[in-house]
Amino acid sequence: MFKSGLADIARSLAAGEFSSEEITTAYLARIKEKDKELNSYITLCEEHALAQAKAADNNRAKGETHLLAGVPLAHKDIFCTSGVKTSCGSRMLDNFIAPYNATVVENFNQAGVVTLGKTNMDEFAMGSSNETSYYGAVHNPWDKELVPGGSSGGSAAAVAAHLSPAATATDTGGSIRQPAAFCGLTGLKPTYGRVSRWGMIAFASSLDQAGTLTRSAEDAALMLNVMAGHDPKDSTSIDIATEDYTANLNKPLEGLKIGIPIQHFTEGLNAEVEQNIRNALSEFEKLGATLKEISLPNSHLSVSAYYVIAPAEASANLSRYDGVRYGYRCEDPKDLEDFYKRTRSEGFGTEVKRRIMVGTYALSAGYYDAYYIKAQKIRRLIKNDFDAAFADVDVIMGPTSPHTAFKIGSQSDDPVTMYLEDIYTIAVNLAGIPGISIPAGLVNKLPVGLQIIGKNFSESHLLNIAHQFQQATDWHTQTPEI
Amino acid sequence: MEWETVIGLEVHVQLATKSKLFSGSSIEFGAEPNTQANVFDLALPGTLPVLNKEALKMAVKFGLAVEAEIGMKSVFDRKNYFYPDLPKGYQTSQLDFPTVGKGTLDVTLEDGSIKTIGITRAHMEEDAGKSLHEDFHGQTGIDLNRAGTPLLEIVSEPDIRSAPEAVAYLKKLHSLILYLGISDGDMSKGNMRCDANVSVRLKGEEEFGTRAEIKNINSFKFVEKAINIEVERQIDLLEDGGRVVQETRLYDSEKNETRSMRSKEVANDYRYFPEPDLLPIIIDDAFVEEIRATLPELPDAKRQRFLDEHKLSEYDAMVLANDLATANFFEAVVAVCDNAKLSANWVSVDLQAYLNEAEIPISESPVTPELLGGLINKITDNTISSKIAKTVFGAMLAGEGDAEKIIESKGLKQVTDSGAIEALVETVIANNPEQVEQFRSGKEKVFGFFVGQIMKESKGKANPAQVNQILKDKLTS
Amino acid sequence: MSISADDIAYIAHLARLQISEAEKEEAAISFKNILGLIDQMQSADTDQLEPLSHAIETSQPLREDLVTEKNQRDDLQMIAPKCEQGLYLVPKVIE
Repeated sequence: MFKSGLADIARSLAAGEFSSEEITTAYLARIKEKDKELNSYITLCEEHALAQAKAADNNRAKGETHLLAGVPLAHKDIFCTSGVKTSCGSRMLDNFIAPYNATVVENFNQAGVVTLGKTNMDEFAMGSSNETSYYGAVHNPWDKELVPGGSSGGSAAAVAAHLSPAATATDTGGSIRQPAAFCGLTGLKPTYGRVSRWGMIAFASSLDQAGTLTRSAEDAALMLNVMAGHDPKDSTSIDIATEDYTANLNKPLEGLKIGIPIQHFTEGLNAEVEQNIRNALSEFEKLGATLKEISLPNSHLSVSAYYVIAPAEASANLSRYDGVRYGYRCEDPKDLEDFYKRTRSEGFGTEVKRRIMVGTYALSAGYYDAYYIKAQKIRRLIKNDFDAAFADVDVIMGPTSPHTAFKIGSQSDDPVTMYLEDIYTIAVNLAGIPGISIPAGLVNKLPVGLQIIGKNFSESHLLNIAHQFQQATDWHTQTPEI
Repeated sequence: MEWETVIGLEVHVQLATKSKLFSGSSIEFGAEPNTQANVFDLALPGTLPVLNKEALKMAVKFGLAVEAEIGMKSVFDRKNYFYPDLPKGYQTSQLDFPTVGKGTLDVTLEDGSIKTIGITRAHMEEDAGKSLHEDFHGQTGIDLNRAGTPLLEIVSEPDIRSAPEAVAYLKKLHSLILYLGISDGDMSKGNMRCDANVSVRLKGEEEFGTRAEIKNINSFKFVEKAINIEVERQIDLLEDGGRVVQETRLYDSEKNETRSMRSKEVANDYRYFPEPDLLPIIIDDAFVEEIRATLPELPDAKRQRFLDEHKLSEYDAMVLANDLATANFFEAVVAVCDNAKLSANWVSVDLQAYLNEAEIPISESPVTPELLGGLINKITDNTISSKIAKTVFGAMLAGEGDAEKIIESKGLKQVTDSGAIEALVETVIANNPEQVEQFRSGKEKVFGFFVGQIMKESKGKANPAQVNQILKDKLTS
Repeated sequence: MSISADDIAYIAHLARLQISEAEKEEAAISFKNILGLIDQMQSADTDQLEPLSHAIETSQPLREDLVTEKNQRDDLQMIAPKCEQGLYLVPKVIE
């Protein structure tokens, strides 16, 4: 039962092989048993999940049902859930219970999907290893000494360890794709604006996008069918009709033109990871695709520009956490300034404070042009690079991460080393285009991720490409012993 | 030394929308604290702004009225600072790309001359909440009902040269926003607030002096006082060899002084950057033209029409056109009585005097345009004299009915029967032989005495023109 | 680009973060490294480029001017740290 993804569970529920209540109960029990070692959940929604499951079973009995009704799912703890704590991995929100659902959560609730719980994450999604969480590091199910990646590390670990068939996640610079790579999952970051950001706690508003961590491209398509769509409550949500993302899964890849960016295959890339990626690319050739070397000449600037833009936006986004209306508030402040400073310094962790400081600095008088405006111009350069590349090729492929998962604690000394983790994924967020990471091999029994980058609103095509690869290979069915 | 004052005004006008700039919360005045603050207004995590269309239209409308460049692409920015009444820790405002660019406003000065004041820009922004400093065990209470209320900040060029000019500019602006219906302009509720940038320089000097910004002045009277006292302070300072410090100052109307705001001591570093939760607002010509088509006749055009069409004096035309409600009242009176001159006098003198005294707006006048027009009709058809009309007007204010009814019930109808007037004249002449003698011996001044006596006899009801004619005939015959 | 302890203190104040002397030094070092990374941007010639602040280049949607919200004070103040008479309380604000 636990080897299944969303599609399988949905089929079993439809066939009456088990009820939603049964599968939900089973997952809850498994989480309680196994998650002590992984720490992938911050909050378990036991009562709530069982009530949702029963309701789904009742509706199914009455014949009114969505394809995913009764299927259990976990939400990254960045999505607000009415009546259930939403911490964003921070002490600041350890006591925060939103009186509303994020649009993403609401959409799943409407579809009858069961919320198992809220998954662990880097604090305010700031991290690439899930070590910055107030609730402690998450362990990679493939090797518990290793990180699962971040910031959606809890979602990735939970799905990889079969503590949930799939999970929602968010991606600001690689926070879905990198954990997907480290945990052997399919991780989709849709086009900016495709999925509503309403009720999703902001890190960097112009880069944040909700997406999926699943066991297959088919599952990602099923989830996106529920998540995608225009939301009038989010001004940056795009009013373009959604499609049935499962419709094109089975299209053959004959004639597909794949761009291989030379900049994603330079020093720094682990040789064995590279070999796995090259093998995967050969597989695509067998499926009828052609490969073409391309250049993304400014990709080396993406991390620098990102570490101005994301902290700048974050510095303002996180100003609301002041202990006045909700959240953490320091004890016995001696005056207003002490109140602000202690509330924020005690409520936020080191990495969050560091990024607030960097962002504040980049926006401060005298530095705005040299940093912020410069970064926005680099952002334009990077978008132009992609536009030029997509004139020649349909999609771009390369490694998701330069290496496989690393040891917990091994990169926490120098923030810059950690920032460079997202070197292949960050440009995608700057350009707003969609990207997906799929399992493409194992190095020393650790998963390797292949990143596929597409044009705006090409999710359906990306899922088709990923699905075809998954029909031809079995990397995505590999699973850790746990 | 002769000093010149240089003033630029930043006026915040609360837009008369129903809901907030970025949320569906009501902006109605006077609600219980925090009952009009929703999850977005309280800056709960994950909540997002969506722009109120009406606020944008109002901003554009204002821009068209001051013949400004309209920003076809305008951008919201975040202005970052911490204050308990600012829930998000930033105010969403517009910096580099405001919705309204450069425009002008013509202002009539005290000597009747017209001065054009430049408008630098007008941008949309959200208001903050309110801090209540009453004692909550030594703490401050925060009410966020006002947080997110749409404001239009109208920034003038430093073209203003005196406190009275500043007041004239503000009054004109006030008149304009009421004409446009984009705000109620109620200064007592803070729906129109003014910050004044004041500096002085020696006459003939090119460079501006260092300016002080006086914050949140909330009445026309205080604007004048605050500027004057600040100018005095700066001149005293400079003449004593001191320097003006660039700072924010608060006007204390009780002590009539400005004082430095210590809490804003640290130089502000607002770290503006484009608001990533909102996209640039792109509007097209069709959008602008649709709004242009809704523009009402504006004060200057109305004043000109009053001159051309109603042949009013410059002064009457200006006074009446300044206030839309007054102008509308005046035109409604004219529609009833077809006498613009008398209508102008009655509205701007008699009615206005009463309204000022009673402190009520013209919209709540107990004498309606129909009543006043009816009264004027009774003057022009000689039913009553202008003098008697004042008595009738008094009764109207007291709610005693229309002119017809009051004249009837009080028996105020003018006597125009020449027989009756002749009899009166004869009686008065007979009773005052001494004065008759004086008149006939060339002392023509006594004529006035006779008129007075006759009018007194008639209780003011005798038609004065007829009295004059008949008296003259009788005395000289 | 180097950054002084005073700069760090100034930025921390702007961001309303409390920072101890020891943290200041540590922050100065990590700042130096991060700024080193960021400064790689300066190598690119961007003179002819317009800054890009949004990945999507469409216009801001507009909302009809309708009051859609009801009074939710009781629910919203249930999660507030300190309230009295419907007001949020903070240490005394000095004007």
